[in-house]
Amino acid sequence: MKRVIALVLALVLVFSLAACSAGTGSSSANGEKVIRIGVFEPASGDSGAGGKKETLGMQYANSQVPTVEIGGETYKVELVYADNGSDQAKAPAAAAELVGKNVAIVLGSYGSGVSIAASETFKNAGLAALGVTCTNPNVTAGNDHYFRICFLDPFQGTVLANFSMDKFGAKKAYCLGELGNEYDQGLIAFFKDAFEKAGGTVIADSFPTNNSDFSSYINKAKSEGCDVLFCPVSIAYATQIVSQAAKLEANFPIVGSDTLDDNMVLAAAKGTDIKLYVSTFYSEGGNADFDKNIKAYINENADAKTANGGNDTISAVTAMGYDAYFVALEAIKAAGSADPAAIKAALPSVVYKGVSGDIAFDEIGDAKRDTAFIKVANNETALWEFETQQTAAK
Amino acid sequence: MSNTKKRIDRGSLITLCIILLIFVVTVVLENTINANSLLFTVIRKGAVYSLVAVSMNLLNGFTGLFSLGQAGFMLLGAYTYAILTIPNSVRDTIYYLFQGSSFHFSLLDIFQGALGETFGLIVAVILACICAGIVAAFFAFLIGLPVLRLKSDYLAIATLGFAEILRAIFQWEKLGKVTNGANALRGYPTFSDFNIKNSSGMIVFRLSSFVPLLLAGICIAIIVLLINSSYGRAFKAIRDDEVAAEAMGINLAKHKQLSFCISSFFAGVGGALFAMFASTVQAKTFTSAMTYEILLIVVIGGIGSISGSCLASFLYIACSEWWLRFLDNTMYIGGTQVPLLRNGFRMVVFSVIIMIVVLFFRQGIMGSRELPDLFRRKRIKEGKSDE
Amino acid sequence: MEFLTSQILSGISLGGQYALIAIGYTMVYGILRLINFAHGDVFMVAGLLMVYMSTVMPIYVSIPLMIVLTVLLGFVIERAAYKPLRSAPRMSVMISAIGVSYLLQNLALYATGGQPKTYASIPWISNTIHIFGAPTRVVTVVTPILVIILVVLLTLLINHTKIGIAMRAVSKDFETSQLMGVKINSVISATFVIGTFLAAVGSLLYFTNYPTVVPMSGALPGLKAFVAAVFGGIGSIPGAVIGAFIIGICETLIKGTDFAVFSDAFTFALLIIILVVKPTGIFGEKTTDKV
Repeated sequence: MKRVIALVLALVLVFSLAACSAGTGSSSANGEKVIRIGVFEPASGDSGAGGKKETLGMQYANSQVPTVEIGGETYKVELVYADNGSDQAKAPAAAAELVGKNVAIVLGSYGSGVSIAASETFKNAGLAALGVTCTNPNVTAGNDHYFRICFLDPFQGTVLANFSMDKFGAKKAYCLGELGNEYDQGLIAFFKDAFEKAGGTVIADSFPTNNSDFSSYINKAKSEGCDVLFCPVSIAYATQIVSQAAKLEANFPIVGSDTLDDNMVLAAAKGTDIKLYVSTFYSEGGNADFDKNIKAYINENADAKTANGGNDTISAVTAMGYDAYFVALEAIKAAGSADPAAIKAALPSVVYKGVSGDIAFDEIGDAKRDTAFIKVANNETALWEFETQQTAAK
Repeated sequence: MSNTKKRIDRGSLITLCIILLIFVVTVVLENTINANSLLFTVIRKGAVYSLVAVSMNLLNGFTGLFSLGQAGFMLLGAYTYAILTIPNSVRDTIYYLFQGSSFHFSLLDIFQGALGETFGLIVAVILACICAGIVAAFFAFLIGLPVLRLKSDYLAIATLGFAEILRAIFQWEKLGKVTNGANALRGYPTFSDFNIKNSSGMIVFRLSSFVPLLLAGICIAIIVLLINSSYGRAFKAIRDDEVAAEAMGINLAKHKQLSFCISSFFAGVGGALFAMFASTVQAKTFTSAMTYEILLIVVIGGIGSISGSCLASFLYIACSEWWLRFLDNTMYIGGTQVPLLRNGFRMVVFSVIIMIVVLFFRQGIMGSRELPDLFRRKRIKEGKSDE
Repeated sequence: MEFLTSQILSGISLGGQYALIAIGYTMVYGILRLINFAHGDVFMVAGLLMVYMSTVMPIYVSIPLMIVLTVLLGFVIERAAYKPLRSAPRMSVMISAIGVSYLLQNLALYATGGQPKTYASIPWISNTIHIFGAPTRVVTVVTPILVIILVVLLTLLINHTKIGIAMRAVSKDFETSQLMGVKINSVISATFVIGTFLAAVGSLLYFTNYPTVVPMSGALPGLKAFVAAVFGGIGSIPGAVIGAFIIGICETLIKGTDFAVFSDAFTFALLIIILVVKPTGIFGEKTTDKV
């Protein structure tokens, strides 16, 4: 009988733990009114590096404006983090953790797959989610709670195809993406579409996850006489591709998407002859005040510097994270309440002028954006230089 | 022990009561406390993993075939389920890269049209789950033909290889019209669709955690019945000594194939449940790391114990997703920052715990005993003292 | 022509690097009948150690130190995770290996904070040279030569030294050799030391060619090397080396065709075919079941 009692007691304990954890998270701690914003970002896995830079933008924004006025009362804004591990199997649990901590709105994630996987959890909790740099059309399609402040893959793919044709007069492009990664494959499909429509030919290949040997692919691109290499891959792969292309003396330019806008990739291109172009949401120098202040913040704060990859080059995702935080604050102000449902209702009509440009939402929940910045890597200084602003229209 | 066949003994009765109690408590809690608590995520994922772990245990623990193909069969099940149940109306948005799906047939549409909203959903989901199992079992049959002749480690590595090949095929963009290539499948019925809603769409009664428990419970019950049948005894005989089993007239090839197919069938159903849990299906998720995770659950629970696998999967999921999460965040006790706590520490602690279990508690939680044995043992002792 | 030369060159160098890892698998399997799943991750840790050490000390200090630390890690893993399970069923040991692999990956994730790390460029072997007009790094040429030298040395060690004889005895019959006075534990430790030493050298060459280290870096080379070991006949060192070269070259060649998507799948398909047709691999010894 003892065993039965022990088991029953254990069960009771487990469930009471649950009840406790569900009960906490009230909106006032030691007399101070608190509103919580959920940061749903990867801190590990393939997209860990990117997720950290995006989070950094939000943290910086939070350090600048740590409070918000709701109905005449000042609320302290608290960021609550959950690591989705860049893994769709872990995303629902991470999302549930945020929901369990009674956040009012969710920001993120870097990477569309995890955003889609967590969408259902946010929907059931009646929360609005604001995607920062998840560019896959499926994130916002067919739902009324997911929004985003960035451009979409069809747009970005087209922009880069146009750019490759305009700038290099490219006729033949080699596309390389990770097998089974919806971000890479989506962009490649749109790039291919636009490039072929404009009269070019495309060879597309996929490499398996965790691959490190890219020399065969680069050799293939060389022997096929491709004019440009398009690789919208995550950061770890991008550094490999850039350094191996340099080793193999590839003479074609490499064109990448917003993920390649990262100082690790810059470091790989440093001292080589590789011409590296990326499309992105924000170009350093776009807003001098923001650049100066966030660099100071990164240099003062050791954790922030580690998260930024050890130097103070500003990634576009950081600027986007910064803007996303303020869009969320605008929505909270517009709602005039800390109630998630009211914030969700107020979000679609928010208009905000951010460092990365004007932000307003269309009826699907996507930001109305019609230009992307193209940056080129400087092989000597390892800094990005602004190249051009490109639109989708030809 | 002769009377165990005639009537259900006390141990089983108590076990049944506990399971029933858990079911009831889950339903009650879900409708009373915050329904978004992590507890329910743990229950749902735990239920799914229990089924998969038990199916793996059937193969590894009861038949002695060391297979590492579980993630591959889950992938087959998950995709089958999703492809069969995505409503036609959303197919074009989901397959946007491939200009729509080549399937224009959705079990959900058919049954909801014929049987009404609620009943149609139940029938469609159950049928799709069974199809998921059948597809997985069919592939297991094909794979088993050459592979099951191999011995322990070789079998493990060959099945692991098959799972990886399957994953590559499902990610191939040439098959995009069916599998959606690299893109996730979504929009199919998930656990939360089982919540009972009133006419205005408000949830009046939540069943989203009860349904996975029930579905996994039914499947596990079938496996338990199978293990206690003559087939189960044959499996155990093969595990204990192949040569002796063959000498006793057990057809080795037939029984191994049978065990492999049944295990894969339930792994396929588990995959379908996993799809319902995760609300998206993408081949990228079903890696060998997932198989290792399930294998660790089986080991922690005790190889050859069904109830051990179930207990272990709930504990494993709860630890990795919930109880240890605080380790990932910086914490302050009395104004000083606790050292070491930062992102990733949770997984380090977690893997250390696993190593400790593997090294020092080799039998796992239950060894090869079952839950009813725990309650029964005392009676056997009493019986002995009577003698 | 340049294309084919370049492909074959990178295939040979990749094969050589797989070979160095595969020897570790094959030796451990030969003696313990254990698939050491953690071997690939030890390889990754060696890479990370080099990344961290090369920032604080000169290359000629950090290379030997990295090799010593990696060997130490291999030794510690054997003592801590495999030795206590000597009498346990084989499956438990294999699971322990999976556990160690999991632990090393998570530790690496914790240490790097999820950021990919760039490998230090080692002078001379990172330089670019041209062979038949195809640009490549010096390491590509160095790898096969180094592999051959190391394998010859290893074969000499196994055939002509006392520890080598002990190793062969243990792999033939574990218990009998114990009865004959072979110190089992030191033989096993020696096996792990040699295996991890080769993995450390392999990581040096591998990451010079592919200079980004992430916690999952070891997984794929580890698996490929294991397939190579099985392909060549597990337990046989020349078999592992030849298997590794075949797999390395095939993989690179396939990546150059239209079936690049299936380059990994091909490796596994090859493995399954070999296992079904000739389960002992190309050079494996035939074993008979004892009742």
